[in-house]
Amino acid sequence: MTLVKTKIGRRAFIRNTGLASGGLVIGFSWLASCKMTPEQVNSLPDEWFDLNGFLKVGDNGMVTIMSPNPEIGQNVKTSMPMIVAEELDVAWKNVLVEQAPLNTDIFTRQLAGGSQSIRQGWESLRMAGATARHMLKEAAAQAWGVSADEITTKDGVLTHEGSGNSAGYGEMASAATAIEVPEEVQLKDNGDFSIIGTDKKNVDGKKIVTGKPLYGLDVYKEGMLTAMIVHPPAFGMKFKSMNAESVKSMPGIKDVFHFEAYPEDVEKQWSDGGAIPELVAIVGDSTWECMQAKKALDVEWEEVSKLESTSYHDEALVSLLDKAQEEPARKDGDVEAAFKKAAKIVESTYSAPYLAHNTMEPMNFFAHVTPEKAELLGPIQTPEFLEQTLVSRLGMPVEKIDIMMTRMGGGFGRRLYGTFAVEAAAISQKMNAPVKLVYSREDDMTQGTYRPSYKVKYKAGIDENGNLIAWHVRGAGTNDDLIFENRFPAGAVDNYLAEKHSLQTNVTTGAWRAPRSNFIAGAEQAFMDEVAEAAGKDPLEFRLELFDRAINNPVGDPEKNDYDPERYAGVLKLVKEKANWGSETGKARGVAAYYCHNSYVAQVLELEDGGDMPRVDKITCAVDCGIVINPLAAKNQIEGGMIDGIGHSTFSAMTFEDGRPEQSNFDKYRLMRHSEAPKNIEVHFVDNGIDPTGLGEPSLPPAIGALSNALYNATGRRYYKQPFINDKPPLVG
Amino acid sequence: MATFKLNINGKEQEVDVDPSTPVLWVLRDHLNLVGTKYGCGIAQCGACTIHLDGTATRACMLTVSSVGNSEITTIEGLSEEGDHPVQKAWLEVDVPQCGYCQAGQIMTASALLEKNPNPSDEEIEMAMNGNICRCGTYTRIKKAVKLAAKS
Repeated sequence: MTLVKTKIGRRAFIRNTGLASGGLVIGFSWLASCKMTPEQVNSLPDEWFDLNGFLKVGDNGMVTIMSPNPEIGQNVKTSMPMIVAEELDVAWKNVLVEQAPLNTDIFTRQLAGGSQSIRQGWESLRMAGATARHMLKEAAAQAWGVSADEITTKDGVLTHEGSGNSAGYGEMASAATAIEVPEEVQLKDNGDFSIIGTDKKNVDGKKIVTGKPLYGLDVYKEGMLTAMIVHPPAFGMKFKSMNAESVKSMPGIKDVFHFEAYPEDVEKQWSDGGAIPELVAIVGDSTWECMQAKKALDVEWEEVSKLESTSYHDEALVSLLDKAQEEPARKDGDVEAAFKKAAKIVESTYSAPYLAHNTMEPMNFFAHVTPEKAELLGPIQTPEFLEQTLVSRLGMPVEKIDIMMTRMGGGFGRRLYGTFAVEAAAISQKMNAPVKLVYSREDDMTQGTYRPSYKVKYKAGIDENGNLIAWHVRGAGTNDDLIFENRFPAGAVDNYLAEKHSLQTNVTTGAWRAPRSNFIAGAEQAFMDEVAEAAGKDPLEFRLELFDRAINNPVGDPEKNDYDPERYAGVLKLVKEKANWGSETGKARGVAAYYCHNSYVAQVLELEDGGDMPRVDKITCAVDCGIVINPLAAKNQIEGGMIDGIGHSTFSAMTFEDGRPEQSNFDKYRLMRHSEAPKNIEVHFVDNGIDPTGLGEPSLPPAIGALSNALYNATGRRYYKQPFINDKPPLVG
Repeated sequence: MATFKLNINGKEQEVDVDPSTPVLWVLRDHLNLVGTKYGCGIAQCGACTIHLDGTATRACMLTVSSVGNSEITTIEGLSEEGDHPVQKAWLEVDVPQCGYCQAGQIMTASALLEKNPNPSDEEIEMAMNGNICRCGTYTRIKKAVKLAAKS
């Protein structure tokens, strides 16, 4: 057993009956409409006892576990409660899960982003379960007049062998509420886990497949109005005037007005990036009526800054690639001297367009703002930051603002930026009515907050023995400088130079699943294959050689390198074994490995025969994310991440003409479809017992590199420009 | 505005709406059947798929005035207890990630299996191609359709 102090986040473990039994949860009647199954209703206890903010135990032994973090499809609503249940030692079938509201008194980091929920929640979730288990044991010890140390627990049952006493958690729950919260608690040894590491199905699965209300767009409340917004049609434009009067008289329309969503005096958070300061709101009785009014509304816009086109972005990024960085991000040795004595030089430039997030559920939020209170309910990855902005925007103290999270129809980073919730609150405040703001798909896709457009130029030098002696990377992005200078192969090459530039543009950008990595990994791993080929080496063995160098004789201060070369090499070795790398399959293959968001992933990707853009037949994937909480769901994330990476790099792009997005819906913006998806996926985990890290992002970035490398082996062409479907690279050699 | 009598999930429902209103918004805004999702509004993503006389149909471009006496089935009406073989297979395979597109995927898959109980991989893909899953659950969806076909 591991003894840990409950000091970290200790206030979380001080009993808080307010959360479980009243306040926010009951205030939102919408949640009650998510009906339970008959079995669940029959098993509900007469009384719940709140042992700490994370969980309550029913008098019949049922346990409700609050899932603190927003659920965007990364499955934390199942996996986070699993960790609590493990340390509580309760049978999973007796657990009900509820989405916790925003409550910074109890929970820490209620945020979905950076694949960090599991990694950063691990300790507090375990302590929440272990603390409650301790209190139940103490309560039983007092009831039976025995030492708590002699009491064991299993599946929600307390047992004292010596006296023959035994009781379910439900029987001791009331008494446990009077037990003092311990200063420190014992955690289980990994070997004693019975829930962690087992397949558990999505706790919302039944509601999803039967169409129950779960998402922000499913919120309907008494007296609720629907609102839509009209934003400028081009980046670089702002509102000038409109013909609101004729539209106001359309059926079902309550009001049409221009408003400042973000007046200048609002104290913005980073999560307000991409905010459009001025908008037009259309408020009505129903969505279709608002959509009709939106079509009829004639708004005049004026140009306030440069109307940028994709050709401008491309040219400006290309010119940045020709420019040295004044103070390079990292410099080891002397690349120029090394290039002069190199036997071979390899040089390539890779590029990728802007991408929209395109969550299947468009942006939306419910808000009911009155002078006394602001209630917000909807899909948001960053509720804590939203709350801070609302304090400033609404001029209300934080105690008067309640935020609840719905399940989200996708996030991918888009819902880190809760500008739509601020807009909903502003519209509700103006209308003095409950309002659900709904973005149309077109509003959603043309609003901005895009994955930046990127370009990167690589140059490598190889000596006469095929050793990599110099590596130069120079990258540039729109509103983003792209390069992680301390990532691989930094530390594995004597002469290394990393430079980066950012091009300021008025097309708004934001974090998109695996920010920067979602491009740079594919470029770096494709270039690595070009270098391996020039060195006359097997690409997988070439990478392992470099990791050997980083392990045995790292260049520079190894602490500076942002990766563990042994774990990196570990996933490559595992994928090599599982995919039988080196054996002849008759199919074109590509390999790639990448480390980001604290997890290591390597893939071998195999293509079907035929065509310039053959379909992926099989991916073998090896992952090191430490302890795997829920293998069934973990594999789902890994599969989805790879499909996402392959789909976007092959098919997707956002382009601009005079500031106007040229794609506004799925007729022009192409996403991967069923018949284009990889046919078979196999996932293997490294079993090392290290504390867990996240999986929402890490499998996406390397998949693009593995695809590029397999495409080369299939077609003899190096694909440098995403989306690959539009690229027509020449045959090599 | 006009009154329409609709046969939805075996029940007659009356709504008073503009004749141009798509069935999607009639279901969601007027009848509290929110399982049918809004994704694109132009019949490109499949999130709003319903059955119209048993055929998978996009509700976002189907005007209420064009329905007439046709029978509409939504995800809420696919089975009484959520135990349609396709729904069961979806749970067994643990398909969903965010879950938003899945009702539409299930409606397309169940219409396919009704007409073709033993589809090949290619037939599944062709039938399902109108349904986008942004989370990338395509391989699990195919597995679930095949599992449902077996049962």
